[in-house]
Amino acid sequence: MATEVLMPALSPTMEEGTLAKWLVKEGDTVSSGDILAEIETDKATMEFEAVDEGIVGKILVAAGTEGVKVNTPIAVLVEEGEDADAAVASAPAPAAEAPAPAPAPSAPAAAAPAAPVASATLEPDYPEGTEMKSQTVREALRDAMAEEMTRDETVYLMGEEVAEYQGAYKISQGLLDQFGAKRVVDTPITEHGFAGLAVGSAFGGLRPIVEFMTFNFAMQAIDHIINSAAKTLYMSGGQMGCPIVFRGPNGAAARVAAQHSQDYAAWYAQIPGLKVVMPYSASDAKGLMKTAIRDPNPVIFLENEILYGRSFDVPVLDDYTVPFGKARIWREGTDVTIVSFGIGMTYALEAADKLAEEGISAEVIDLRTLRPIDYDTVLASVMKTNRCVTVEEGWPVASIGNHLSSYIMTNAFDYLDAPVLNCTGKDVPMPYAANLEKHALVTTAEVIDAVKAVTYR
Amino acid sequence: MATRRTTKKPNVSKEELLGYYRDMLLIRRFEEKAGQLYGMGLIGGFCHLYIGQEAVVVGLEAAAEEGDKRITSYRDHGHMLACGMDPKGVMAELTGREGGYSKGKGGSMHMFSKEKHFYGGHGIVGAQVPLGAGLAFADKYLENGRVTFTYFGDGAANQGQVYETYNMAQLWDLPVIFVIENNQYAMGTSVARSTKSPSLWERGAAYGIAGEEVDGMDVLAVKAASEKAVAHCRAGNGPYILEVKTYRYRGHSMSDPAKYRTREEVQKMREERDAIEHVRQLLLSGKHATEDELKAIDKEIKDIVNEAAEFSKESPEPALEELWTDIYAETAPQNA
Repeated sequence: MATEVLMPALSPTMEEGTLAKWLVKEGDTVSSGDILAEIETDKATMEFEAVDEGIVGKILVAAGTEGVKVNTPIAVLVEEGEDADAAVASAPAPAAEAPAPAPAPSAPAAAAPAAPVASATLEPDYPEGTEMKSQTVREALRDAMAEEMTRDETVYLMGEEVAEYQGAYKISQGLLDQFGAKRVVDTPITEHGFAGLAVGSAFGGLRPIVEFMTFNFAMQAIDHIINSAAKTLYMSGGQMGCPIVFRGPNGAAARVAAQHSQDYAAWYAQIPGLKVVMPYSASDAKGLMKTAIRDPNPVIFLENEILYGRSFDVPVLDDYTVPFGKARIWREGTDVTIVSFGIGMTYALEAADKLAEEGISAEVIDLRTLRPIDYDTVLASVMKTNRCVTVEEGWPVASIGNHLSSYIMTNAFDYLDAPVLNCTGKDVPMPYAANLEKHALVTTAEVIDAVKAVTYR
Repeated sequence: MATRRTTKKPNVSKEELLGYYRDMLLIRRFEEKAGQLYGMGLIGGFCHLYIGQEAVVVGLEAAAEEGDKRITSYRDHGHMLACGMDPKGVMAELTGREGGYSKGKGGSMHMFSKEKHFYGGHGIVGAQVPLGAGLAFADKYLENGRVTFTYFGDGAANQGQVYETYNMAQLWDLPVIFVIENNQYAMGTSVARSTKSPSLWERGAAYGIAGEEVDGMDVLAVKAASEKAVAHCRAGNGPYILEVKTYRYRGHSMSDPAKYRTREEVQKMREERDAIEHVRQLLLSGKHATEDELKAIDKEIKDIVNEAAEFSKESPEPALEELWTDIYAETAPQNA
């Protein structure tokens, strides 16, 4: 009886990969644990082992094939004497109809195509006619760090697996080769310690970039982020600054449950002395990262694992920076203002598309930085549309949306035709089960419902 | 308490001994005055005095060179005076005035001086340990040959981040001297009640870090140990640990009733082991100074402290606009 070998999912967010190399050929006998092939994901090249034993009857996907979807049959194992071609013909699950593996829970985000998102910014951060290239958020972040490390000898990168492993999420790919072990420093698993050490090195004249494998682990280090990095300039009467970037993926990834799925945007945005950045697009990731590294203050740079692999147009410029405190209007509209940031923009933009089909015109604003916040752009928009919905993945209590609601109420009360509604993650620890996780996150449907509520449709 | 003393006649010059005497006396008189101003309500909040521990920082500083760095906890007034910071600026910070080192915004526990390479003044127990290793990381990165003195107490010695730092400091050969000021009590908890192994410096052995115990009531012993540690670090051999056995005469802070130890214990230490009295006796017995000469120094120190106290009362409170300054830097600092 023939057994199909399916393209494996090798990370929580992997949807497709490259079949780099076959290590077996048709006719070979394999047993459980033998290495069949090398699979390249967006993060790493991994060896793929046989689970079943048998004879490699047919290789269905040739070595070097890119974009092989997870769960696509890539080979067929047959038993002694079995006809491989017949086995293939009778194989029950052709690639296209293969049931999706655990459907990526933050469905709207994870399922979005990797095709470049058309940049609809109304106030571009680069001159008109600038040449653009498609880049993933991951590549944009890497380039930003490499450019700034080239520009300033005192900039260095420190964190777990940033050097020899090339980054747990491959953000620091190639930096060790380019800059050497002095400037790309692998640390032991010791977040509290290395965060404090990096802050001390900033006091001592360096400009560290500290990668947290995820911001969940930065809770071990939060005393140094807040008490040592954010407050020292003030406590020293302006003498002792701390130019440092704390960066890494933040918020829910996919199916990693409560301890690895928290959005810290509102936490850090509360702290005077910190600057907080949460980009959505690749061009903003690049331009804001360069600004963050140059900033003389501690900067929290909140990335998102699901966005790492998404492609956007990035301007081809020698030195592209995006200023802090300037929101980006992704889509102009007249009926309602949707304010979001980071991965929340995925839901905001998707909702705006669907609402447009129903004749509701939504203006979509990406805050890009949460400290400072570009209140002016939000207020101007709300004064025009008279309605506002905020969207974020974080928890509802003391959320960024709560803060914006208060600010809008205080400063534009007479312009409001409806209460400001906040779409947030649910007030629960993140569950593991796929269906529960999907509901714990904010959804596009909720954004649409909120917009309909404030527009009385 | 270690009771090793320098028994043989020390090979030390008159000038050197007088210097230690002056430096230690300045700290003691300054702290006594601070205690007095606290009682008068001129100093608020927490105020942790260094009285009794003077020989530790004075002995360590004796081996420091220009450009070497130091960082400590919140019991920091002595460290600032010992590295040459102006007593007026320190006292005015204690009173929360514009003329203080942090313009009145830091207080007793949070003061800094880039000029003197003093990196605080940190209020979270143990936090200064990785910060100090980070200063050393920067020095190694910049290849400037400097060392960092990172001070912490027997209480901080039980914080996890200390051991995270030991590991990295030894892994990366950082030029940092970890100075454990073991004054026997972490607030009200004695070392015996908080720590299973009585030797704190020996914990470094688990990380391969060399170290030793030092009699912290003997400034010459501290200086000798400091020279050894500095030489070790400056030669690129990585970190070094000095556990300096000392004793604080006053409470943990101004509001400490000190019920955890007997008055006799404190009294015995003051009478038999006082570090300042020790140097005073060396000066007199070695015929380096007369009683009258020492009295003249006492008077000189008293004047400096009184002047600092006057300044700290006369300096105005910070302008209200200061509330909103120094939250963000506009330009890159030049810290190194």
